[in-house]
This record gives sequence, C-alpha cells and structure tokens, in this order.
Amino acid sequence: MKDLIVTLIPVFPLLGFLILGLGFNRIPKKLASLIGPGTVLISFILSFIIFVIIAAGSRRGVQTWPVTEVFNWMTFGGLSLSFSFYIDPLSALMLLVVTGVGFLIHVYSIGYMEHDQGYNRFFAYMNLFVFFMLILVMGANYLIMFIGWEGVGLCSYLLIGFWFRNQEFNNAAKKAFIMNRIGDLGFLLGMFLLFTTFGSLNYIDVFHNAKGFLPGTGVVTAITLLLFAGAVGKSAQIPLYTWLPDAMAGPTPVSALIHAATMVTAGVYMVARSNILYALAPATMTVVAVTGLVTALFAAAIAIYQNDIKKILAYSTISQLGYMFLGLGLGAFTGAMFHLITHAFFKALLFLAAGSVIHAMDGEQDIRKMGGLGSALPKTRWTFLIGTITIAGMPPFAGFFSKDEILSSVFTHSMILWVVAVTGALMTAFYMFRLYFLTFSGNFRGNIKQLQHLRDAEPVMMIPLILLAFLSVTGGIINLPALAGGSAWLHSFLGPVFADATPLLKGPVYFLDAQTDYLLVGVTIVYVAVMIVVAWSRFVKKSLIPDEATILRSPVARILTNKFYIDELYDLLFVRPSLWLSKVCHDVMEIRIIDRTVNGAGTLVVKAGNTIRYLQTGHVGFYVFMMVVGIIAILLFNLVI
Amino acid sequence: MITGILILLPLAFSLLIFSLRDERQIRMAALTGSVAEFLVSAYGLFLYSTQCHCNWLLDIGWIPSLHINLSFGIDGISLLMVLLTTFLTPLIILSSLEHSYRKPSAFYGLIMLMEMAFIGVFTASDGLVFYIFWELALIPAYFICAVWGGNDRIRITFKFFIYTFTGSLFMLVALIWLYFRTPQPHTFEIIYLYAAHLTPAEQTWIFLAFFLAFAIKIPIFPFHTWQPDTYTESPAGGTMLLAGIMLKMGTYGLIRFLLPICPVALKEWGWLAMILAVTGIIYASVIAIRQSDMKRLVAWSSIAHVGLIAAGIFALTPKALEGAVIQMVSHGINITGLFIIISIIEKRTGTREISRISGLAAKAPWLAVLFMIVLLGSIGLPLTNGFVGEFLLLLGIFEYNYWIAAVAGLTIIFSAVYMLWMYQRTMLGNPMEDLEISGDISMKEAIPLIPLVVMIFWIGIFPGFFLNLAEPAVRTILNLMH
Repeated sequence: MKDLIVTLIPVFPLLGFLILGLGFNRIPKKLASLIGPGTVLISFILSFIIFVIIAAGSRRGVQTWPVTEVFNWMTFGGLSLSFSFYIDPLSALMLLVVTGVGFLIHVYSIGYMEHDQGYNRFFAYMNLFVFFMLILVMGANYLIMFIGWEGVGLCSYLLIGFWFRNQEFNNAAKKAFIMNRIGDLGFLLGMFLLFTTFGSLNYIDVFHNAKGFLPGTGVVTAITLLLFAGAVGKSAQIPLYTWLPDAMAGPTPVSALIHAATMVTAGVYMVARSNILYALAPATMTVVAVTGLVTALFAAAIAIYQNDIKKILAYSTISQLGYMFLGLGLGAFTGAMFHLITHAFFKALLFLAAGSVIHAMDGEQDIRKMGGLGSALPKTRWTFLIGTITIAGMPPFAGFFSKDEILSSVFTHSMILWVVAVTGALMTAFYMFRLYFLTFSGNFRGNIKQLQHLRDAEPVMMIPLILLAFLSVTGGIINLPALAGGSAWLHSFLGPVFADATPLLKGPVYFLDAQTDYLLVGVTIVYVAVMIVVAWSRFVKKSLIPDEATILRSPVARILTNKFYIDELYDLLFVRPSLWLSKVCHDVMEIRIIDRTVNGAGTLVVKAGNTIRYLQTGHVGFYVFMMVVGIIAILLFNLVI
Repeated sequence: MITGILILLPLAFSLLIFSLRDERQIRMAALTGSVAEFLVSAYGLFLYSTQCHCNWLLDIGWIPSLHINLSFGIDGISLLMVLLTTFLTPLIILSSLEHSYRKPSAFYGLIMLMEMAFIGVFTASDGLVFYIFWELALIPAYFICAVWGGNDRIRITFKFFIYTFTGSLFMLVALIWLYFRTPQPHTFEIIYLYAAHLTPAEQTWIFLAFFLAFAIKIPIFPFHTWQPDTYTESPAGGTMLLAGIMLKMGTYGLIRFLLPICPVALKEWGWLAMILAVTGIIYASVIAIRQSDMKRLVAWSSIAHVGLIAAGIFALTPKALEGAVIQMVSHGINITGLFIIISIIEKRTGTREISRISGLAAKAPWLAVLFMIVLLGSIGLPLTNGFVGEFLLLLGIFEYNYWIAAVAGLTIIFSAVYMLWMYQRTMLGNPMEDLEISGDISMKEAIPLIPLVVMIFWIGIFPGFFLNLAEPAVRTILNLMH
C-alpha cells in the first residue's frame, strides 16, 4: 500500500503533463485549470500521507527506510540499475515542499496566466517540472536523481523561453540549459567515479560502503567535488550563477517555483543527501563553505544596485542559496535544510507578490517607475512586507530562525567568518527594504494608464500569497530552538539521516552558550534594524530615486550596477574563443590541412597514373621486349641469391 | 532460412521496382517491400528472443575449390543492426514519398538494393561475403547521391566513392592475407579468421588496414572530409540511408573484425585510435557550432556522435561496448529523425540556411514538438535513447581512462550548444513571412516521425530489452580477444 502511494506521487503530474501536452489547445481552459493544479494537489495529499507515516515511524525510532522499486531500468555487466524511490525523512520533507509550494504556485498561475495564449502549454510544462522534481527528490540512486536533475533543467529551459517569440528570452533559456549542462558533466563524472569506487549508485549501498573509508580519502574528495560541480550549476553558485538572473525572462510563477523555491535548491538537497560522503571529504566541505559564503556576499552586493524587481529577487535567491551552502560546508546539514524550507516559503511569497505588482503595473518591472503602490495594492503590500521582513531575518518570522541557525554554526567555527556572513545578512536587509520602499512607499512614478487599473489581483492569486505569508511567519515553528522555547523538531526528525555523518565532522572551535547566543542574536537584530532605518531614510525620507547618471559616477557603484562585468568576462573568455576556435578548425585545419592532404593524395595517384601511362604504348613488340627483360631480370636475381 | 528471406526479399522487390513504370505502383511496391521486410525481421526477433539458441545459420557452397561459402548467421549485435535497417528503411521511403524524384523506379529500386546490401553486411559470417556486400552497398549509395543530389553532386560523390572505396581495398588486402593465415584448408569463414595465427607485426598491419577501411566509413577524424559534403549534397533519403544505417557498417566492422582479430595490435595501438576518436568528438563539435546549413550542422554533429561510439569500442570494456551497440541503434534513429525534420522544414521554407528561417513553432507547433523530442534524444537527455548509450559509453570510457572520459564528456555540453542554437534560430522567434507551405505538419509528414519518437522513448525508458539482446554477443566478442 505504501509502495503504491509512493509510486503514484509522481504519476499524477506526469499524467497532467501528458493530457495537457497531447491535448494541446483542444482542452478547454476551465478543464486545464483543473488538471494543472489538481494533479499537483493529489501529489501533495499523497506526499502528506507518506510524510505522516514517516513522521510516525521516526517517533518510534525507525532508523532505516525501505526502497520502492518501480521497474528495472537497465542491466549491464551483471549489474542492474533499478528505477526506484527512497523515502526517508529528508525526501519526505522535500516532497511536502515541492508539492505544497508547487500547488500554491499552480493555483496562482490560474490568475496570472489567464490571458496568455499558451495557457495549456504553460500548465503542461509546470506539471512536467513537478514530475521531474519529484523524481529528483524521490530517487533511490544517483542515476534516478540525475534523471530528475536533467529533467528539471529541460523544464526550466522550456519555461524561461515560454514566450518563445522573444529571442532575448530564448537566449536566456539556452544559457540556463547550457550552464546547467556544464555542471551536469561534473555530476555525471562524479557518478562514474562513485560507480567505479563503490560498485553501485544506490544510496543505501554507497553510504554503507562509504563508512569503510577514512576521512580525507582522495577518491571521496574527488567524487564530492565533481558532484558539487553539478550543484554549482543547478543552484546557481559562483562561477555558474549567471544564468539565474537571466532566467527571470520566464513568467513570474516560473521564477517563483523553479528559480527560487524548488529547482535551484536541488544542489542543497543533493549535498544533504550525500552528507556522509561530504563529511568524509573535509577539503570539499571547505570548498562548499567558501563557495557559499563568497556567492552570498557577491550576489548581495550586486542586488543593492539592481532596479528590476525580479532581478533583485533573483540575486537574493543566489545569495540565500549561498548561505545554505555555507551551512552545508560547515556541517550544519539540518540548518541548511531548515533554511531551504523557510526560503521556499518566503521567496515564493516574494516572487508571487512581485508578480502581483507586475500584473498591476502592466508588465513594468523597473522599481524606479513604481513607488507608492502600498495604498493601491494593500494586500500585495502587506504580504510583500512580510516576505521582506522574513528574508531580512527579523524575529519571530521563519527566516530569522533558519538564518540564525546557520549563522550560529558559522560562529562556532570562526568569528571572522561570522562577521563576514552577518555583513551579507545586513546587505540583504538593506537591498530588500530598498526594494520594498521604492516599490510601495513614496509617490507613484508610473504612467496614467497604469494608475487607472492599479489594484490587487483577484482572489485566485491572492489566496496563495496569503497562505505563503502565513507560512513565512510561522514556518520557524518546525525547528524552534530551545532558546526560544522550542524543541528543535527538525533536528530530531532529520537526525537519523545525518547520523553517520555527524561524528565525522569537525567539532566546534567555540562553544556557544545561551548567553553568547542571545548576544549574537541581539547584535544581529540591532544591525538589521539599523539597515532598515538607513534604507528608510534614503528612499522614503529623502525619497532618493536611483538615477543612472549620479550612481555611475562612483566606481564601486558602476562595477556593481554592471554585475562585476561577469557576463562580459565569460563572453571574452569562453564564447568568443570557442567561436574563434570553430572558425580556425573549419577554415584552417579542415580546409587547408586535412582536406588538402586527402585531395593531394588523390591527385598524386592520378599524376602517377598519368606518368606511368606512357608505358602503355599499345605496341605488342614493346610489351614482349619488356617481358623478356623482366624474365632475364628474375633469372639474374635468382642466380645472384 | 530467415536470413535468406531477409536478403532475398529486398532484392526481389528491387528487381520488381526496376521493372515498373507507373509511379504509383513503384511507390506502393517500395513501401510494401520494406514493410514486409520489417515484418520478417520482427518475426525473426520474436523467434530469437523465445528460442535463444538459433543463429539462423545459412551456408551455401559458392566457390568450393577455395572453400568460400555464402554463409550467414546472426547474433545479438547483428540482429539489432538488421532491425535498425529494416525499421528505418520503410520510414526513409515514407519520407521520400513526400518528394517527387525523377526516374522513381531507379530511386526506389536502388534503395531496396541498398537495404539488401546492408542486411548482407550485418549478417555475413564469411569475410569475403562481408566484403562483397560492403562494396555492394556503396554502388547504390553512389548513384543515389550522384543522380538525385544537389548542385555540386558530381564532384562530391566522386570523392566520396573514391575515398571509401580506397579504404575498402585495404580491408580486402587484409582479408586475403588473413585467408592465407587460416589453418588448412584456407577459408574466409569468420570463426577461422578469428583463429588465424598472426605474428604481432602482421596483426599491426591488419589492424591498420581494417582501421583505415572502417575509419573512413564511420568516419573517424581525420578521415572524415568526404562526409559533410556528401551528407549535405545527397537527397534527403540518401542522407538518411548514409547516416542512419551505412555508417554503422563501419562501427559494426570494428566490433566484428578488428576487435577479435587484432587484440594484440589493439593493446599496442588502441590508444591511438582512441585519441583520434576523441579528438574527432571535440573537433567536429567545435566546427558544428558555426555551421549555417541545417544539414551540414547535423552532419558535423554526427561525426562527433559516432566519434563517441568509436571511442567506446576502443575502450574494450563490456559497458562501453554495450553502450556502443545501443548508441548505434539510437544514433540511427535520432539522425534519421533530424534529417526527416530538416527535409520537412526545407520543403516549407525552401531553404536550409539557418539564418533565413525563423519562428516556425508559432505556425507549426507539432513540428516544433517532434523536432524537440528528436533533438532531446540526440543531445542525450535522460529517459531518451541517447542518454542510455551515452551513459554506458562514457562510463565504459571512464573505466578505460578518467581524463579521456572527461574530454569525451564535453560532447554533452557541445551538443546542447549547437542543437539548441539551431532549434532556437529556426523554430523560435517571430515567424518568417515567406513560407511556401504554412500550417502545421501534416499527418502524412508526421507518420515516419512517430515510430522514431516511440523508439526514442522506448529505448530511453526500457532499454533492458535491447541491452539483453546485445549483452551475450558483446561478451562473446570480448572473450574472443583473450
């Protein structure tokens, strides 16, 4: 029975995709609005049942979970790779996030995409995405995860380029796919190394065998680094992050679901899933932590000078993912997962609220042309404000607890790192409130046409927003620390998953007692509050509107506005050289060298033939003469020998 | 028995078609013949998988004084290649029916003749018979390209013919040499060729001769220069026959002859072949990025993809070899699909220049969907056929050498680059104005594509059936090497 439910979870979104995809536009819109979100809802209900079963089991102290085999995928060399699912607390939790947030965003899309010609196509792609995301999360071995991994990449491609008449958008879609594939090659090679090292790709076998390895073994380090390359691509970390801001070309619900709440967190999930391997590779852990921290700061810095509402959110996603990797790299697996969950809530909320703004503003995304929307869009404003406070990390909202958990684990490792990480958090507070104030406070800076129909979106869009706002406020409950009077439920729930890795991790350098913790939290809150006030005084009190001319006078601002010129750099380093190489290969190597050699060989034969042809005179006498000469030559030759 | 029917049936239909005058009858005959051939092979598959021991040996004395027999037999690899041939040929004919070719009786007759030659190559269990069918396949291929090809066809097909024919001559020399090294009485029977006593030096020469013949046919870098021109200038159906089936003769030859006959030479020189194959992957991918003609782009991509197959064969691991066999089937399916789609697009727009085509998806959504599916198979997305082959190939190559696998693996990035670029330019964006045929793909145009799409998913999702067919044969080949 349980196996059946597990198997059915991904089946429904797949069915939804097939019906909507093959039915094309013949399926009426009403039915499509039922099938699209409906299939995800069924998956959510099934996931919830599974979650309850797992949670009940974990209360009884269950430590192992069965694998559900669906069918045998391939057999080769006496080994079989089965298409099978593995539901443990970690994947059960991810299932809830994917289907729960996914369902809300599907409902929102009913309103957002209402007038779009590709309505059915949109829901087909979204369902396909949910299907692949579920496969990614549920897979019982790395190969099944890889199916989902590449599958969500495809859906991301299809949805970024959803409005395919615009070649700009198509370029963004292609960029996303290719950058992901660069990471995927790392993932693939990591899998090969896993396979040759452990003789299997099944999580259970691999993790079991991994226990026999000593920490710091070279091959495990190599495996984890290669897999991490995949995570860097999928979760948009340095150096493969540049696709994510461009991915905002897709419809806003896509940005919310795929490029904020679920797909981009796949890398975090993968590392958490492989926790034992990473715990065995301290060098990789350092790489993960450094990558995460640098990305967190880097993206936050860029976000400060962006003016596109979705791009700011995109950079903040990159930055928040950086925090998750920072947590993972320091061994705070639960903390990272906690932040993943709360981030899914508040980032989906922010994107959907942003979508509501864009919807009301006729597609305008530049916050310099907004302002004063608070009174016209009260519900959007309040939900957006909740999201902003949550991401800024003010208590008692969810983001505060999850971010604090990562920050305090940073503190136990190094105070300097903690200062750096908190700096990033302060930047977050600043740019998010900058975004909030510029959008919702001050005077309206749009045009008359927009002003006329400026109002909150219809209920079908607002209800998901309100639910997500509720989750953003209360989501911290799932892992309320003892300091705040909670029981840290998530820790005990995920504990068994990370049980083998925990003893291998480096212990804390500093001990964090209650007093220190209160102090750190207090300091952080005060500074965040200061940042909010700074943002308020700049953008509300002085009502400064960012202006290209004044900003570009400062060199730092110029670099940040241009996003550190990374796109230009990649163009110079990779795109142009490969095009140049292509030209050289074709024009020089191919035509001048290889083909000329081949043709030359042919010509040589013809020339030789032409020369020898003169011997074929046609005179029988000449032939007889030559024959006699030949015979004599052979005889002489034999005599000599 | 079945082998005999499989060879004679297309021959009979070919002769019948040559004798027909009426175009409708010719088309009907070509279609009926190729479908019947497919049904026979499908029945053969049924027999094969139920009673696994039968190899359908067929042995007819031919030149008794030299102990040369017309002998045929089938193992898992042969069977898959035969099925690929009989599966693709009716689809190629179907898609060719969309065009009207002058002298249709010659055109379709030659296609059937080619099919017979392919079957002969894939089932021959005698070296000389293999060679004869090998050359027999070249003749119709030459005429199809030279008569119905593009403007520059004469020069290009001449080069194609001379180049591949020269390569084959080396194979003939190698075969004759082997003949005299078989135990008395000499024979061309494959199992005796395997048992031929060769000194290491002889093996090296035989290796080189075979390698040259097969490398030109496949083609492996740097013996590929005939290929892009020939693929581009041939008529659509001819290109599909060349790329979908004919090049598999080369990879098949590597597996059937080179590996078991020259194991010692392979140990010594295999790395060189491997490096050429992998170089070809990167070289062709890089060149494909800038191609402006759809057909030429796919032609270059094919050099990259078959380079990976060849690299897998030279890795000599069971996984890579199984992957190579599966990928031979998948590549045949995908590339035929791509060329069918290109010919549909060419018919619609009157051009294959990527820069002159745009926005077809808006006008022809189903065409866009089918194109996307075939493209995904070709770039090896999981759950499509391309992934299974690429995964096994790269895993096998990884076992051979990490670094080579890492370099060969770049193909998954490059293929995405040039394929998505082509798709974006032609299918997406604003629709172009001057379409000769607007509207979506018609049912008639879609029919040859649908079985291909089914196969893309079948092999991608349930590859077990195909892998099980290939595995015992692959094992036998590898055992022969020891």
